[in-house]
Amino acid sequence: MEIRREDIEHIADLSMLNLSEEEIETYTKNMQEIVEFANQINELDTENTLVSAFASDAYNVFRKDEVRESLSRDLLLKNAPSSNGEAYALPSME
Amino acid sequence: MEYEVIIGLEVHAELSTKTKIYCGCTNEYGSDPNTHCCPVCTGMPGALPVLNEKVVEYAVRAGLAMDCDITRESKQDRKNYFYPDTPRAYQISQFDLPLCVGGKVDVNVEGENKTIGITRIHIEDDAGKLVHDAYTGGTLVDLNRAGVPLIEIVSEPDMRSAADAVAYVEKLKGILEYIGVSDCKMQEGSLRADVNLSLRPVGQKEFGTRTETKNLNSFRSIARSIEFEIERQKAVLEAGGVVYQETRRWDDEKGEGFSMRTKENANDYRYFPEPDLLPINLSEEYIENIKKSLPELPESRKARYMSELNLPEYDAGIIISSKALSDFFEEAGKVCGNYKAVSNWIMSDIIRASREYEFEYDNMPYTAEQFGHLIQLIDSGKISGSIAKTVFEEMIKTGNEPEKIVEEKGLAQVSDEGAIKEVVDRVVAANPQSIIDYKAGKDRALGFLVGQCMKEMKGKGNPQILNKLILEILNK
Ligand SMILES: [Zn+2]
Repeated sequence: MEIRREDIEHIADLSMLNLSEEEIETYTKNMQEIVEFANQINELDTENTLVSAFASDAYNVFRKDEVRESLSRDLLLKNAPSSNGEAYALPSME
Repeated sequence: MEYEVIIGLEVHAELSTKTKIYCGCTNEYGSDPNTHCCPVCTGMPGALPVLNEKVVEYAVRAGLAMDCDITRESKQDRKNYFYPDTPRAYQISQFDLPLCVGGKVDVNVEGENKTIGITRIHIEDDAGKLVHDAYTGGTLVDLNRAGVPLIEIVSEPDMRSAADAVAYVEKLKGILEYIGVSDCKMQEGSLRADVNLSLRPVGQKEFGTRTETKNLNSFRSIARSIEFEIERQKAVLEAGGVVYQETRRWDDEKGEGFSMRTKENANDYRYFPEPDLLPINLSEEYIENIKKSLPELPESRKARYMSELNLPEYDAGIIISSKALSDFFEEAGKVCGNYKAVSNWIMSDIIRASREYEFEYDNMPYTAEQFGHLIQLIDSGKISGSIAKTVFEEMIKTGNEPEKIVEEKGLAQVSDEGAIKEVVDRVVAANPQSIIDYKAGKDRALGFLVGQCMKEMKGKGNPQILNKLILEILNK
């Protein structure tokens, strides 16, 4: 599979990233290498392997519906690049 | 050209579990921003989700109540999109193996019965809330709602009008309330609908291009946005134009829909199986147990009210439209034994009072038991029907027992013939013209005299006795 510059532009668009010309070029090359690396898995013979979405056989790992204490807001917002003390503050999204 | 309207709905209902879907943060509405958050629901690196077992149970309950097949081997999937209401940059939803598939509900639209197919019901997590910050002009993020459990109920394109869509959502709301999986408070956003709508020339088989109007959270906005979108698409088609597949928003204040920026229309969600959550395998026994625990559904209650309690279909339909109201009806009826009277009061005074005093049926200012007592006071002749209205108003204002109100305000009905006769004699003597009018065949004169006596007795006279005594004099 060949990664084209439009693919990178599309992904950047979905991720709301503004990339420079230079970055688009770099990432097109990088992404090509990543895809090629991942493609190695296609060399495996999966003729007799069941289709499955998970590597483990486990299922039904549930939690009881019991309330646990949440984080304190001060602690939570310590990781926010910007906040007003009550909420994460962003540039306008409107 | 004549067009046929094709509507399908995606309804999101927040589940009324105690905690969020993947963490133990409380699922309570209306607290201070960002106080119900933890590393899981705010998408901190390395935090792992664990599925709340109640979410599976509630979704299966909803599926069974809507006649769905339950998927025995199900899984969750990652739906990628980048937006600040979703700190993980993906929503956990279900893609190809939803918990419930292939159901239906029956609705009655203006007297006509219709069946609306349910394509699927799946579980997913809600996003946080973005609030415009008037102070800075920026956007504030509140993640209390992030991770609140949702079911999404996807219908078949079986609806043909705004009335169909409203009846369908009312039906879903009723069922979800009855089975106790969602409080369905639309004004709090716990029930919201996306409307898919297209037009096709009558007789054409293929569907036209559809648009999706998102996030409608009242019956009124569902109906109005549908009417608007029908007219808009009609105008486009009639002008020889093309309807574009797009996501739209509804502005309830302006009463118009508008297209969202095309950027947000890029539905490139890149779904893949959620690697942090294991599959869900449901046994026959598990499903059977939930089936057995389902309460009586609204349709069945309605049939019972009509056949056993002789309510008219319209009245029964109104009462079952709200679980709280229906529960109230049953409990008050049981207390006083006069279901018909309770129903009549609901259809008139209770519905009116709920609008006038702005209370919800699940939070009435009086209890069903107290209301049953009010009916008992009327049926035993202790108070008259008109005094009962005064007592009812007092019950709304004070929440007091009707007996106490009657006693304190001295509202008990006077049935003592001697006391009533005294008043009647006085009123008749003061209105000699009425006797002449009555003898001349004017029946109105009787009503006038009864009214005057009632006025004198402040409405407390027993109307049967009053009538009898006046007639005795008039017919002498
Ligand atoms: Zn949490």
